[in-house]
Amino acid sequence: MSRAFAPLLVLALAVALAFLTVPVLAIFVDTSPGRLLDSLGDPVARDALWLSLRTTLLALAIILLVGTPAAYLLATRRFPGRALVLTLVELPLVLPPAVAGIALLAALGPRGLLGGALQDAGIALVLQTAGVVVALVFVAAPFYLRQAEAAFSAVDPSQLAASRTLGAGEARTFARVAVPAARSGLAAGTALAWGRALGEFGATLMFAGSFRDITQTVPLAIYDRFAEDFPGALALSAVLVCVSAALLLSVKLATRHDGRRGALA
Amino acid sequence: MSLAVEAATRLGDVELDVALEVADGACVAVAGPSGAGKSSVLRVVAGLLRPERGRVRCGADTWLDTAGGVCVPPERRGCGVVFQDFALFEHLSAWRNVAYGLRGLGRAERRGRAHALLDRFGLAARADARPATLSGGERQRVALARALAPAPRVLLLDEPLSALDARTRAAASRELAGVLAAARVPSLLVTHDFTEAAVLGDEVAVMDAGRIVQRGTAAALAAAPGSAFVADFTGAVVLRGVARGRAAGLTAVELEGGGRIASTDTADGPVAASLFPWEVTLEPAGHDGAGGSARNHVQAEVVTLTAVGGRVRLGLQAGQPLTAEVSEAAVAELGLRPGAHVTATWKATATRLVRR
Repeated sequence: MSRAFAPLLVLALAVALAFLTVPVLAIFVDTSPGRLLDSLGDPVARDALWLSLRTTLLALAIILLVGTPAAYLLATRRFPGRALVLTLVELPLVLPPAVAGIALLAALGPRGLLGGALQDAGIALVLQTAGVVVALVFVAAPFYLRQAEAAFSAVDPSQLAASRTLGAGEARTFARVAVPAARSGLAAGTALAWGRALGEFGATLMFAGSFRDITQTVPLAIYDRFAEDFPGALALSAVLVCVSAALLLSVKLATRHDGRRGALA
Repeated sequence: MSLAVEAATRLGDVELDVALEVADGACVAVAGPSGAGKSSVLRVVAGLLRPERGRVRCGADTWLDTAGGVCVPPERRGCGVVFQDFALFEHLSAWRNVAYGLRGLGRAERRGRAHALLDRFGLAARADARPATLSGGERQRVALARALAPAPRVLLLDEPLSALDARTRAAASRELAGVLAAARVPSLLVTHDFTEAAVLGDEVAVMDAGRIVQRGTAAALAAAPGSAFVADFTGAVVLRGVARGRAAGLTAVELEGGGRIASTDTADGPVAASLFPWEVTLEPAGHDGAGGSARNHVQAEVVTLTAVGGRVRLGLQAGQPLTAEVSEAAVAELGLRPGAHVTATWKATATRLVRR
């Protein structure tokens, strides 16, 4: 029995590895480098890539700007209901994308909870580029918040105390000590949120639709063309795989750097 | 400019209730076992802990007055703090750590002052090093330089030597004593080690369970401990017993677990008798001290022997545990080893009695 166990473990890993990597590899096997470049020359693909880049970066900027101080508060203060707030903030992580899309429509759509108020303010989100950004922020923010909260929690509280006794107020301590000390965790959270935003499909489709150059991001463009232009869809997918792999790699590097520093300290 | 602290607050299981004054240029060592609330006193002074009730005054300034609703934030108090694990900013080089508290100066001047301070601590060559690459002793000196850089009005040191290994500690302790002597501000130093408190503090305040149980010079505390706790903390041997009667200038004490000793102190009822290990003389078993001046002779069995820098510390069992310190030569001559029987002898004048 025990002699069979080790080979069984190896077999299990081999099956898992093959199942997870073969589909990804297949994208590249069927896409020659020339075909990949051609697809980048295609105006529809270029529009989708450009839109994905703009909307994800804008969403990321919003997430970092609001999420970083919010995560700092969650990590450094104990207040009643903190556990509940943490759970609520993480809820979108487990929401099915279709539910996220419906939820956004119910809240911000024309007949939604806040729809009237938005309309009065002259803000249109549904079927607009701004709507894409809203959907991206909704699904990607929890990834950053979770990681950032953990990163700030790991900062030695006496370093923050030391900063205060050395004449720095709370804001300066946040900017000069907490953020730099947590930077690799924050970078990892940023990469994770960006990866999630780049791949976002369901909520965007339901809330913002799929209109070329307005709301059609790369995942939507892939879905849009796979029926009629499979090779073109493959080429776009290959681009997305490359970007996502680069992000994953940067997460690994950021967290590995963290571990090494921890071992020395 | 002196420092005055009063604080009362609940800390987990311990009720902190202290009042302490430190004169300008003086250093008070707050000593006691861990969990006594020592560090909390420093945190109250620094503004990092707000007690339920309390007042902190530094010179003419009030930093905290819970009754008057005054609480100055830590960044406007000007306390130089050396934290227990030094709390250096790991993402900044040594000189940037030191320069962190220097405000309102040009970049070149901040850099110059930080380097000058590091030079004073013999760290000029390490100015650009990250804290993670510094040794324990170097980290401690960077922490000291950082605390001193903004010319603090009060110096607060939380176990400044405990993170160092034994070899570094002796040198660091000498250096710290020099820094404290040169500082012209009130200093509070927290330590769990009485010897460290005695070396670094002009006065020692012994804390137990949130309260200051006795305060005085280290010599005074050791010579006249006010309680068994202080006696034990100062390194003395404590024997429990009951004082019964006084004759010819001596108080007789019946020890718990058997035996009888004498002290020149006056007491009645349950007492703790304390004496220092180096005042105990060991002689062959059965010796009754005939012809000598020492009044106390207790039969004991050797349990442990520990070399302590040229001396040997012996753990003895004499109804109650007893500790003696003798020279290595004496151990060899008397053939002392675990299981050996001896007579432990000491003078009645070396025996302090405090009521339990």
